Amino acid sequence: MSRSIKSLVAIALAIAATASLAQGYPNIGRAATEKEVAAWDIDVRPDFKGLPKGSGTVAKGMQVWEGKCAQCHGTFGESNEVFTPIVGGTTKEDIKTGRVAALADNKQPQRTTMMKVATVSTLWDYINRAMPWTAPKTLTTEEVYSVTAYILNMAEVLPDEFTLSDKNIAEVQKLMPNRNGMTQNHGMWDVKGKPDVKSVACMKDCPVGEHPRSTLPEAARNVHGNVAEQNRSFGAVRGADTSKPAPTAPISAAKRQEVAVAPAAAPATRQGDPLGLAKQYACVACHGVSNKIVGPGFNEIAAKYKSDKSADATLFTKVKNGSSGAWGPVPMPAQAHVKDEDIKMLVNWILAGAK
Amino acid sequence: MSNDTKTRGRILRAPENFVDRSLAHDITTLGLNEERRGFLRKGFLAAGAALASGSALAQAAKGTAFEGDPNILKLPEHATTLGKPVATNAYGMPSKFETNLLRRESPGLTRVSAASVSFTPLQGLFGIITPSGLHFERHHQGWYDIDPATHRFMINGLVKNPKVYTMDDLMRLPSVSRMHFIECGANTAMEWGNVAVPTVQYSHGMLSCSEFTGVPLSVLLEDAGYDKKNAKFILAEGGDGSGMTRTISIERALDDVIVAWGMNGEMLRPENGYPLRLVVPGVQGVSWVKWLRRIEVGDKPYATKDEAIHYIDAMPDGMYRQYTSIQECKSVITTPSSGQTLLDKGFYNITGLAWSGRGKVKRVDVSVDGGRNWRTARLETPVLSKCLTRFNIDWVWDGSPVVLQSRAIDETGYVQPKINELRAVRGTKSIYHNNAIQSWKVAESGEVSNVQVY
Repeated sequence: MSRSIKSLVAIALAIAATASLAQGYPNIGRAATEKEVAAWDIDVRPDFKGLPKGSGTVAKGMQVWEGKCAQCHGTFGESNEVFTPIVGGTTKEDIKTGRVAALADNKQPQRTTMMKVATVSTLWDYINRAMPWTAPKTLTTEEVYSVTAYILNMAEVLPDEFTLSDKNIAEVQKLMPNRNGMTQNHGMWDVKGKPDVKSVACMKDCPVGEHPRSTLPEAARNVHGNVAEQNRSFGAVRGADTSKPAPTAPISAAKRQEVAVAPAAAPATRQGDPLGLAKQYACVACHGVSNKIVGPGFNEIAAKYKSDKSADATLFTKVKNGSSGAWGPVPMPAQAHVKDEDIKMLVNWILAGAK
Repeated sequence: MSNDTKTRGRILRAPENFVDRSLAHDITTLGLNEERRGFLRKGFLAAGAALASGSALAQAAKGTAFEGDPNILKLPEHATTLGKPVATNAYGMPSKFETNLLRRESPGLTRVSAASVSFTPLQGLFGIITPSGLHFERHHQGWYDIDPATHRFMINGLVKNPKVYTMDDLMRLPSVSRMHFIECGANTAMEWGNVAVPTVQYSHGMLSCSEFTGVPLSVLLEDAGYDKKNAKFILAEGGDGSGMTRTISIERALDDVIVAWGMNGEMLRPENGYPLRLVVPGVQGVSWVKWLRRIEVGDKPYATKDEAIHYIDAMPDGMYRQYTSIQECKSVITTPSSGQTLLDKGFYNITGLAWSGRGKVKRVDVSVDGGRNWRTARLETPVLSKCLTRFNIDWVWDGSPVVLQSRAIDETGYVQPKINELRAVRGTKSIYHNNAIQSWKVAESGEVSNVQVY
């Protein structure tokens, strides 16, 4: 097929595809009801689109906080125990400028939520959709307003007597300490955006420093566990044994021997799993649990030996050494590779009904 | 079944290699006598060889001539007994010998395991597809295994017809299957300042790549009749406790975004959003909303918690960059990599991964002298847009200390930068979007470690 015919066919197919699209997709999906949309459409935007009417006081917020929030976030929202702190690092001056000074001078050891967040809607939306941690979406609208107000009170943005509502939240936005601290002026949102770093692919005699500028601290060597156990135990490389200090001697025959027999994780044994054993040793290739395949079903064997007190010893021998004639012309081959204790477990399991 | 650890090492070379050529010749032609055995023993002691039982080395050291590898000479159980029947494992599992390569947490990184991350063991994986069970995890409020029969997907906002779809509805629609990488925006976060973690699993393991199957979001937006004039952004929302929400521009949404249920030929794994997740090629993982329940079409961005408190990039002047999304071009050598030990001098295949959120990888260069000189590596096919690309290059190690680096270039011409070039613009406080060249130092001992060289 020539290229022009090919492209004609492609165009025809494209038209056909468009034609089917034009008809839409009959009987796929249905209209969402108003109630359904209301139940799920809970997001609140920075311009407060989506914010439900309502209000909440700082005082009520403190009450909710101490009951449902303080365990994780600390009494004053300062706790670093479970999550990063919510409150701290902002000043009265920041409220005036809308830029948190501590973000630039890096004097604050940790960046809190209140240092970063520019939009009060973000707090409202997130508390409403995801808090409390173990029972998200269970706060009432009033509780969400109240907790938002209380956080801003702890951050010294709102006074003790304040009532936050849908009516005054836009004014509160103007007090957010880092409200001017966000920029969308960068090339990393758009796929065609302009990168901010322009490197050059030098190929030969490129300028580089002599020594590593940074190396892994000795204390960090083994904190992720022994790396020898986090690599395959065969192949081109082995995991380094990080439970010991790094070796310094050049690679040698001794080293090679040592790494060649690098530890392999011992596979878990199937203790107490006789059916697993029966599968592992391929017993089930010839024996069903209840049905005959080549040999008798396990339940058939149990029935036959029901009143035989020495059945376990008899069957042990038959499994280990093989047997013929008991169930028909096909002999049971010797199973010398099956461990004695495994045979015992299997025999006991079979005689007990192979459940 | 406990006998599988003893002969798993590589086969050491026959003892001839430890003795000089004339002695080897004597042994070959005349056989061993007491005198020559003495030489041999001394030779082995000098080499400090550990005498592992059953090894060719030990056999020879005891004074018998090397007849061959017992793994060859003595037929093993698996060659002389009946194997297991089909469907013994109705859902197949990796070999029991593959217990070392697991998703692992980085201790101390987070204090709450339901809002944490587990890393993919890149150090032992091949090709470009991540096994589904090893796909990295990042949950914001724990994960659930959601019943697909009760899962619903809604489109509302600036649409003519707000709609609800069941999984039955979605899976009847025309679907696509595409291979894409997913990388957390915070991948390699711990390395912005100094070297902090011991292996590539922890430095780069918030990275996976799968073939995803689903319906293009554009099809669903059309079906709901989105407002072509006013729609500027969408909000994607998850059905989990966190109700994870991310803003995506309408251009991105209409381009190659997929509402996906399939991953590597099967359904998504629960940890990866079963039964429905968003796939946003080239964009950081947080936007690939899991357990996807809703898309809202709007005209302004939403500044949700993970767009206003987290996943914002701290700049040196104290400003935060908001909505940084694209994962810029990056690469890393996976073998040999930090925490691994080379077995010997000689030949190695240096292998690694390269990717770009802006398109295809065009070229990968590798340096074995800390960035002074570079050679261009082979790119293995397929080389796909916004997908991992595997590179390989031959290398002969002479036993001296060296520093390995890889550098990727994408089809836009963007060159993966050095860490100092990134820091010059972005400082060291940004947790996110560290796509710097990674250096691995090979010591004389053969052990590889994480270093910064620039």
